[in-house]
Amino acid sequence: MIDKPEFAKVFMEAVPHNNALGMKLISVGDGVVETEMPYDERFIGDPKTGVIHGGVVYALMDASSGTAVIAHKSNPVSTATIDLRIDYMRSATPGQTIRARAECYHVTRTVAFIRATATDDDRDNPVATATGTFTVEHAE
Amino acid sequence: MNRKKPEPMQVVKQRRDGALTALAASIPYAQFLGIEFERRGDELTSTLKYDDKLIGNPMLPALHGGATAAFLEVTAVIELSWASLWTDIENGTIDVDTLGPDTLPRLPKTIDFTVDYLRSGLPRDAYARARVNRSGRRYASVHVEAWQDNRSKLFAQATGHFLMPSRDG
Repeated sequence: MIDKPEFAKVFMEAVPHNNALGMKLISVGDGVVETEMPYDERFIGDPKTGVIHGGVVYALMDASSGTAVIAHKSNPVSTATIDLRIDYMRSATPGQTIRARAECYHVTRTVAFIRATATDDDRDNPVATATGTFTVEHAE
Repeated sequence: MNRKKPEPMQVVKQRRDGALTALAASIPYAQFLGIEFERRGDELTSTLKYDDKLIGNPMLPALHGGATAAFLEVTAVIELSWASLWTDIENGTIDVDTLGPDTLPRLPKTIDFTVDYLRSGLPRDAYARARVNRSGRRYASVHVEAWQDNRSKLFAQATGHFLMPSRDG
């Protein structure tokens, strides 16, 4: 039996791009993960306001969603994004850590369906939400 | 006929390239990722310079979907902003010499962005071009395509909706 949280942590944090953006895995459940990414001035999208670029939030959503697939009880060994749509509700507040919660709410033999939400310190007002589909790869 | 004499080519080029450089340099995250823009007339092509930090799957290896998405989104936003500024750049309403972070018009804001991942991104440079399908006073719809070795084999494409900055500052 593989150690699910450990496998998910490696899947999330051993990825060079996730590392470059400072992503951390906070918690792992059955097909559900919580992650965070601290504010960094290199990630700014608009220098006038200091707001981070939407693409950074997208990357966190994508990485968290893939990790949620890995964390599903059907034990996929690998996954890749088929498509992911993000809706930006508001600008993230400069200086605050972004947290994401991704949930893999349905899995078939070949496809995983996910939804995700990103927030900053104001947990009641999401910064962005995302929905997507991912490939599911099982061990032979 | 008293037609205006065409401007010297260097003047035109300098003005257009100056505007594009200022626009591209206005996004710190685009610099972090290593995104560059090239221009032929008004047509833009962006390049995502390969770097190890862009890897999302070390086993394959393949580019990270998030890096690809950000590359496409930056390309869409710059194309949209470029297209809406083009007239002002051409007739000199925008003074390129003073164009900087403080004087640049605000960039369009992304409302939503949907990426199709068609094949895995290889560990090498990627290119993208965006097409503005509709640009109204308030909203715009933009399509972006990205490829690597072969222009006809896209590795990702995206569609996004954007909120246009108000014209009166």
